[in-house]
Amino acid sequence: MIHDFLVVWSERGLLLSGLANTTILSVLSAIMALALGIILVPGLMSKRKAIAAAMRFFVDGMRCVPFLLFAYIVYYGLPSLGLRFDNWSSGLLALTIYNAAYMAEILRGAWVAQPREPIEAGSAFGFSDFLLFRRIILPPLLLNVSPIIGNQMIQIIKDSAFLTIIALPELTHAASSIQSRHYVPFAAFISAVLLYWGLCLLVEAGVSVVGRVAEARR
Amino acid sequence: MNDPQKILYIAGLSKSFGKLQVLSDISFSVERGETICLLGPSGSGKSTLLRCINWLERPNAGRIYLNGSEIGVTGHGLVMKDSELSKLRTRMGMVFQHFALWPHLTVLQNVMEAPVQVQKRAKAEVEAEALALLAKVGLSDKRDVFPARLSGGQKQRVGIARALAMKPDVLLFDEPTSALDPELVGEVLLVMRALASEGMTMVIVTHEMAFARDVASRILFLDQGRLIESGTPADFFTRPQTERARLFIQRYAGVAAA
Repeated sequence: MIHDFLVVWSERGLLLSGLANTTILSVLSAIMALALGIILVPGLMSKRKAIAAAMRFFVDGMRCVPFLLFAYIVYYGLPSLGLRFDNWSSGLLALTIYNAAYMAEILRGAWVAQPREPIEAGSAFGFSDFLLFRRIILPPLLLNVSPIIGNQMIQIIKDSAFLTIIALPELTHAASSIQSRHYVPFAAFISAVLLYWGLCLLVEAGVSVVGRVAEARR
Repeated sequence: MNDPQKILYIAGLSKSFGKLQVLSDISFSVERGETICLLGPSGSGKSTLLRCINWLERPNAGRIYLNGSEIGVTGHGLVMKDSELSKLRTRMGMVFQHFALWPHLTVLQNVMEAPVQVQKRAKAEVEAEALALLAKVGLSDKRDVFPARLSGGQKQRVGIARALAMKPDVLLFDEPTSALDPELVGEVLLVMRALASEGMTMVIVTHEMAFARDVASRILFLDQGRLIESGTPADFFTRPQTERARLFIQRYAGVAAA
């Protein structure tokens, strides 16, 4: 068993590059998904029924598709519509769009639960439209949802493992390569699991930092 | 309505929520420097009236003018765009029952937010004024504290400083002391008394009878959505014209005498 882990150690370069790719993929898609979610949520909350319904259709639709299937559609399906992306772009695109729906829904839930009066005060003090959203509504929203966003970020990290099926050289793909090259499945996969765990601990640490900032304001 | 002394001019204001008629044909005006107290039993429409003045509630009928500019409706009789309405709203400060401070901003930032972000005034200038306002409401030492760390009375004093920072033509108070513990009411009323004596134009929805009697230049009495009395505190409290007002005063007599 020690021998198996030594084999994995000898392939650490591959494993770490997988970890780096998983990190880049997760961080980029989480940031972009959150940004997209922020753009989508005023639509979800729109008083114009058609806009709200269109957003709702997208958000509910995305949340009901298994991520693996969605990744297949983006990588294998879209080319038949003439949209061809390499595996990196496909993976990033799939993770981003899929999670944007979750982010939007997370933000919407928190928005609805926010006390109405500070937002009303914003209107009374002359904030409207984008300025009201950016200065008055969004900041407390982001502080309040940070634990749930962190949770979603962990989901993104785990979902990124599915992208091994489109040959994206992320952490699961790297572990898989090591095990098939040396036949050390337990050591290779456990190493990957530990690395995923470490990544998630970092996310949790980040959440607790934001949590302390939020706590001072509650 | 173009009388420069008239800060607010309200004519024929009505509001209903579905089938419930909350305000019926309310007309009055407010002159520069007046302190108007809106009194009336719960559910008489006082708060709704106040919220209609700055169009937080959209009236069903009637016209509202602030210094000669009509609120909520354009010269062509159309409902204003939010951005136009916002410009007019910056000229009316509002103080809320539940304070409604912005939780993510410090006390100083709360006071500076609208002048800097909405009125686009220079930050340094606004900061100097904001600090002076905090000193005025006795909260200089709380400038960098978040609202969550303040008592109710302190929050409301920040709320008043925030409204004053816009240099509004009129201040609207929506039951500013109703959510406060009794021992914290005094500190807020003290600030409001000072503003009244400085000549700030104010419209105040309140249940503080002693305050209304001592500070108001005029009392407006609402009952079931109608404005049924208007007069000086001396007239209103000693010679009410209507039975409704007489009963109302009687019920609060103990409070007013205190």
